[in-house]
Amino acid sequence: MLCQRCGKKEATVHLTKIVNGEKTELFICEDCAKETGQIPFNGNDPFSFQNLLAGILNPELNSFSGIESELKCNRCGMSYKEFTQQGLFGCAYCYDTFDNKLDPLLKRIHGSTRHNGKVPKRRGGTLRVKREIEELRQELQREVERENFERAAELRDKIHDLEDKLGGE
Amino acid sequence: MSLRDIINKNLTHWVSGNGPDNDIVLSSRIRLARNLENVPYPNRASAEEKAAVSKSVIEAISQQNEIKLHYIDLADLPEVEREVLVEKHLISPIHAKEGMEKGVLLNDNETISVMINEEDHLRIQVLIPGLQLDKAWEIANNLDNLLEARLDFAFSENWGYLSACPTNVGTGLRASVMVHLPALNLTNNIGKVLGAVSQLRLAVRGLYGEGSESAGNIYQISNQITLGHTESDIIDNLKSVTTQIVSQERQARKLLLQEQEIEVKDRIKRSYGILKYAYRISSEEALKLLSNVKLGIDMGIIEDVDQGVLSELMVLIRPAHLQKIDGKELTAAERDIKRAELIQTRLNM
Ligand SMILES: [Zn+2]
Ligand SMILES: [Zn+2]
Repeated sequence: MLCQRCGKKEATVHLTKIVNGEKTELFICEDCAKETGQIPFNGNDPFSFQNLLAGILNPELNSFSGIESELKCNRCGMSYKEFTQQGLFGCAYCYDTFDNKLDPLLKRIHGSTRHNGKVPKRRGGTLRVKREIEELRQELQREVERENFERAAELRDKIHDLEDKLGGE
Repeated sequence: MSLRDIINKNLTHWVSGNGPDNDIVLSSRIRLARNLENVPYPNRASAEEKAAVSKSVIEAISQQNEIKLHYIDLADLPEVEREVLVEKHLISPIHAKEGMEKGVLLNDNETISVMINEEDHLRIQVLIPGLQLDKAWEIANNLDNLLEARLDFAFSENWGYLSACPTNVGTGLRASVMVHLPALNLTNNIGKVLGAVSQLRLAVRGLYGEGSESAGNIYQISNQITLGHTESDIIDNLKSVTTQIVSQERQARKLLLQEQEIEVKDRIKRSYGILKYAYRISSEEALKLLSNVKLGIDMGIIEDVDQGVLSELMVLIRPAHLQKIDGKELTAAERDIKRAELIQTRLNM
């Protein structure tokens, strides 16, 4: 089998990652394994997500100051250190607690740090309105380019209404 | 009871039903991770808190009439029945392990399952036959809306739906397809194809077995990234990649017939022969041979067996199903004999 990363060399390294109880397997060549820092160790599954996460956060772990290591979610009691060891948050409020540490982690996992998907009706907060304003602004620009000023004026009013709604909250 | 009755009674819709491109795409799945805002995640919640989660989810379901689901408390099920649910892909292997306050909601034809208190409070799953990701999404999204109207889901403007594991945050969406790719394997193209797929931020895994070969040539392809893209982007990406893989598999099948007709026919008919006459068979060998037989059916080389045989048997020949059908516990050696019997009866149907 060929390496699943470069597609050129024979795959000799077998990576197993367990996420949510689902096993993901990856077959890559030695060069790619070295390049991505995924060289197998002895002992139990070094590519479990938890270990991978600890690896991602390793520089952070090393530079722990006393204050950072005490960073703790006051809702569920999960400390930042525990989070990096388990790879799981303890509750929804952990996200806010570890806020300024999350961006690099999410960037590594997802290549992004911001949600662009579905917004729930009831719990979406102001995000629904903000998304709507954004869409109306784009429509406004299109109408202005088409010199359709009557429609543009309507859209502008609509945007102002929605912005008032946001400001009022 | 005839085997047909037993099969119909035990099989779930993604196995017994039909869908587009069903010759290659065995099933499509959508899974959404959701959590309640004010309760710690299952890894940190007390038994009481988890029980409260189950209670409020069941209550929310009972407050609407659109989707009918029934609740199963996994603690009430014997181990073999929990394993049957795993083999049908309705719950995860982790969820089937003993533990506190775990449950699942199912609809009658088992296209919808909602795991409660798995890694997240809720895992909404829709699993249907063939390549039908949009339809699966529609059903899951609708159920999500019905639940969201009644439950306070943890949602953040920055990070979207908050999940226990950072790999699920954002959309909480894992879309996947299960594909049967024997010809790509026989023509030695599988590595290239799967390698290309994994560069498109999709994850591929062999469904059964270890190593570079998947017993039965069955692979699961799913999105790796849940944050930063819309649900429809994620689904469209998987859909278009799957469509390409389907057409490559079809091309490889044509190529096989053109260039290695005799070898391929021989391989398929030998596999059929062994399955028809073996006295005992391991699940790994059975899957390998069934994959060949299914290829033979799809290519018109075997004409007296219907298309559904692989999906049906890949579930029925697994340990918990064999024991359920037989009504008693079986050792591995006994299962190998029962497995061969079951396959023969099914092939002669
Ligand atoms: Zn490589
Ligand atoms: Zn917390």
